[in-house]
Amino acid sequence: MGTPCIHCGEDCGSQPVLWNEKTFCCHGCSTVYQILNKSQLEKYYEIQPMAGIKLEKTINNQKFAFLDNEEIAEKLLTFSDGGICVVRLYIPTIHCASCIWLLENLHTLHSGVSQSLVNFPVKTVNITFNNREITLRQLVEMLASIHYVPEINLAKLDKKETHSNRTLLIKIGISGFSFMNVMLYKFPEYLPGGDQLGSLFTGFFGVMSFILALPVVFYSANDYYLSAFKGLKHKIINIDLPITLGIFTLFLQSTYEIVTVQGIGYMDSLIGLVFFLLIGKWYQGKTYQALSFERDYKSYFPVAVTLVSGSAEQSIPLSKLEKGHRILIRNQELIPADAILLSGVANIDYSFVTGESIPVPKKIGEMIYAGGRQSGSSIELEVIHQVEQSYLTQLWNQDKGFGKPDSSLGSIINKVSEYFTIIILAIGITAGIYWLFYNPSLALYAFTSVLIIACPCALALTVPFTFGSTMRVFGRAGFYIKNTEAIENLSKIDTIVFDKTGTITLNKSMDIRFVGDNLSGEDLLKIKFLASHSSHPLSTCIKESIAGDQRFEISDYQEIPSMGISGVVNETRINLGSKKFVTGKADDAPNTSNVYCFINHSVAGYFSIANSYRPGLESVIRELSKNHVLYLLSGDNDSEKNNLGPLFGNNEYLRFNQSPQDKMSFIEQLIGNGKKVLMVGDGLNDAGALMESSVGLTIADDIYSFSPACDGIIESKQFERLPSFFGFSKLAIRVVILSFIISFLYNLVGLYFAVQGLLSPIIAAILMPISSVTVVTFATFSIRLMAKRYKL
Amino acid sequence: MTVIILLAVIGIIVAGGFLLGFIWAVRNGQYDDMYSPSVRILFDDSKKKDSTGIVTSDTENTEENKIDQNHF
Repeated sequence: MGTPCIHCGEDCGSQPVLWNEKTFCCHGCSTVYQILNKSQLEKYYEIQPMAGIKLEKTINNQKFAFLDNEEIAEKLLTFSDGGICVVRLYIPTIHCASCIWLLENLHTLHSGVSQSLVNFPVKTVNITFNNREITLRQLVEMLASIHYVPEINLAKLDKKETHSNRTLLIKIGISGFSFMNVMLYKFPEYLPGGDQLGSLFTGFFGVMSFILALPVVFYSANDYYLSAFKGLKHKIINIDLPITLGIFTLFLQSTYEIVTVQGIGYMDSLIGLVFFLLIGKWYQGKTYQALSFERDYKSYFPVAVTLVSGSAEQSIPLSKLEKGHRILIRNQELIPADAILLSGVANIDYSFVTGESIPVPKKIGEMIYAGGRQSGSSIELEVIHQVEQSYLTQLWNQDKGFGKPDSSLGSIINKVSEYFTIIILAIGITAGIYWLFYNPSLALYAFTSVLIIACPCALALTVPFTFGSTMRVFGRAGFYIKNTEAIENLSKIDTIVFDKTGTITLNKSMDIRFVGDNLSGEDLLKIKFLASHSSHPLSTCIKESIAGDQRFEISDYQEIPSMGISGVVNETRINLGSKKFVTGKADDAPNTSNVYCFINHSVAGYFSIANSYRPGLESVIRELSKNHVLYLLSGDNDSEKNNLGPLFGNNEYLRFNQSPQDKMSFIEQLIGNGKKVLMVGDGLNDAGALMESSVGLTIADDIYSFSPACDGIIESKQFERLPSFFGFSKLAIRVVILSFIISFLYNLVGLYFAVQGLLSPIIAAILMPISSVTVVTFATFSIRLMAKRYKL
Repeated sequence: MTVIILLAVIGIIVAGGFLLGFIWAVRNGQYDDMYSPSVRILFDDSKKKDSTGIVTSDTENTEENKIDQNHF
């Protein structure tokens, strides 16, 4: 272990880059340090040592050229009056206090910036700048130069900020305000002698309570009515229906008592109920703001492309791209639409589409699918499909409106509430009819009492608090779930489908063996030195697989794209590359990644490079196969069949050579057979399957980087814990059921009074909060306790 | 005893003032980011240009500014 880099904290290796006696791991880091040093911003490194971000790839200087296009720039700006502009940029790498400090001191770097404000949870920065002094492009390039590269994509352009969270907070505020005040008015009635309160006070407190209840009933609680109504329209009785019934019965009963100057009825219980329900909603909704689960192709694709017409180059918005256009794709740029290669050396990295990180060479005239990334020099393409009609985008965009059943439909809470509502109505009507015969004056009262006391506040709070806590437990353990419904679906899974490349294999690390003659240590070091001159992923793999470090003389170095590299190292000619390049014979196994090696005047053998499996894969599979049927889908050939067969039990659970479409229809078929399917994937080629499955999980090395639309994102380091996550979701369901039972017991006590026509406001005022508090405490504490036991 | 009515009205007005304050704060976006202000308050103004243009610095006590990584 050498010294850590001052900027990013990574190991500098044996040859650190030095500047001003400080050590850096690379020139990129050192440059950022110099920029900050020049503007006297070294405090960045004091707030949080080694806070910097290391960029793996250099950004080409044309990357942000599209920001000069006024149409695009205008869409990005949230405010502009010709001089002063405001822009909101999403920077996924914001991670610590130093980031906040530096990004809010941008004005020291450039005087054109007047103000910048970071929103940490959503990882954005709002920048006010004068575009006469600094253009949007220069601003973004300045951020990139200090390694805070903003992510600008189509989806972000189209989407405007939403403030649904603010509305909920206001609703909670209003109901809390009314709750406190009405409790104050109600309190005298609960004291001994409270019934002797004069009619002046009773009337006054009644009117005040009524006024305070109005905004709560008609504003704060309106989401419940809407949801109940929507449910009824689809012939579903959801939990919001008994809530709505309860709220209105409470309100009407209390209004009647206020008008007849009997007291203020149940207004305090009513408002308290709404207040608790809204808090439950808020607790459940506090999820991962910076993570996006709903991405479509738009958030992956660039905002603009470079159009070539004649010898002129021009940046146009992606939406204007049409069939027949000739476009220029530079190094590390993404191919936005299916196209044909016209000129240049294409090496397409489909790592996001297929999970395969080794670039695929393409010949002139060949078709290139959208979604790949060019690595190497610039290429020219002719577009043959529009963006929306490209192969992968189409798959991704298929209308899933009817494909996936509404996930809330079969949920446990709705099943319970269906029976619950019917039973409560039946009890209420029976009690009403009974009293009609014995004491007609009590009939209506008994009926409303039943509806009031049975209002399923505790029942409705169970799910938000149990699953809300579960989501937090999962989040701490590196497993991020979209919403609480996904947890419930997860617990019901009986079939699990894995993608192979990138999901159960590792993207970066490779399994490398040398097949052939025994090479001496010095020869290996020479090979390593040669390979270190190339940035091709295979060269990097070879370089990393050889231990040691030694510098040699190198001459006559050349890199022939999609063939190999060659050079004279210490007077030894070494060739590394494809079989054709090194041996001259045609490649007989095109699907394997073998790098042949020519050294000491002969072909010494080849490096066989295969994907290595995720650590712990075997135990995960063994654990999961106890209770689930496992399948493996792979877009690759079946060369790994013999390794994977025993793991999955039988070869019939393995499917190779699956196109993205095949994967999707396979899942569809399983779902059609009544299976509850979990799909675990990682890339764009799994997007269709992820959408089709009951629960789609994405494995990501960096959770903020792009991932296809899914129900959950799991950090790749946490893959081994997948079985624990499963076990825990089942446990959460059990906690929900226990909480249901508790709230039913309270309801029974309440019903005992209600059917006798004995329910008084004080019983309601005691029973309702107590049942809610018990359920909430039970749910949160048991989840916490279990999390400790599961070591999550 | 009727003074209680007056007190109740005053109580509502005072509490209503706080409610309006809360609604204003929410609409103003003060609840959008509950994290960064807690960090921001710990930063010193390392450089201040006063009216005469003289740069004054107070970069002492930077130790206090080191924020534990566990908070993230």
